[in-house]
Amino acid sequence: MKDNRILEGKVCLVTGANRGIGKAIVERYAEEGAIVYANARKEASLDEWSKACAEKNQTTVTPLYFDITNGAACKEAIMKIKSDSGRIDVLVNNAGMVTYEMLPMIDFNQLRTMFEVNVIAMIQLVQLASRIMTRQKFGSIINMSSIVGVQGVKGQLGYAATKGAVISLTKSAAKELAEHNIRVNAIAPGMVGTERLIEVFEKSFKDKLSNIGMGRLATPEEIADACVYLGSDLSTYVTGQILGVDGSTSF
Amino acid sequence: MSILEKYNAVFATVFNVNQTVLSDEFNSKSVENWDSITQLSLVTAMEDEFDIMMDTEDILGFNSYAVGKEIVSKYGVTI
Repeated sequence: MKDNRILEGKVCLVTGANRGIGKAIVERYAEEGAIVYANARKEASLDEWSKACAEKNQTTVTPLYFDITNGAACKEAIMKIKSDSGRIDVLVNNAGMVTYEMLPMIDFNQLRTMFEVNVIAMIQLVQLASRIMTRQKFGSIINMSSIVGVQGVKGQLGYAATKGAVISLTKSAAKELAEHNIRVNAIAPGMVGTERLIEVFEKSFKDKLSNIGMGRLATPEEIADACVYLGSDLSTYVTGQILGVDGSTSF
Repeated sequence: MSILEKYNAVFATVFNVNQTVLSDEFNSKSVENWDSITQLSLVTAMEDEFDIMMDTEDILGFNSYAVGKEIVSKYGVTI
């Protein structure tokens, strides 16, 4: 077990923890001593892994199975955390969906679903968690945006629009919640070597490596490290910021 | 303290009034300092007092002493 764990005892909820960045965030948070609630949609999908992760790091990792677009289920999850742990220190809004298509190919039903998942559900969770955090007079909310929300990108207008919305909701929530000592920040990763990206990267985006100053994809752990910083007391005066973790990527 | 006494105490504290003025006519139209900020404080104080978490529609609808009783009863707080 690591010494000097910087999230020791902090109660954290991480959404979309079944793979990729979300999974890495839970693992890093547990490594830093956090009491983690890991969300995924599919019942039982995190049971074994969360148990092993908790044992390895001598902390608690509790799976919470709910669909973030279901308001009642979100509320139930937040109430469960409050009732079991007494507070919520950190919310990481990581769950999201992504599509790739040129402007003429945008499917509007899919676009509406993507806004529901990437934006509306995020606002709902910010609203619910902040109601607990307001009483505590403490909290850190971390929203997953993307470099495409900052810069825009060809061939992902819909996804970029949702991630741009994440930036503006983050800045607005930061202003509204600052007086309650609740910090709200976003992380804007560049291209991250998750299984999901690697699948499409090999087929469609290999040429994009030239857009990355550092010449390589990020690892999920590098995004998780930024989440550790924003969730910890190392960033107590940081709010309303969009932290790019992109290895100097430019589209 | 009975549930009604707790309910009244929350109102008295949030609106800074004596409990004797509380009645079914105590609402957002009749009370001068009942604005959206006070309503949010009222809801938060009720949630803390009774350990409940209201839905958004109930937060918005909590605009009178009488309606408030109906709303909290939805969360198992029967007055």
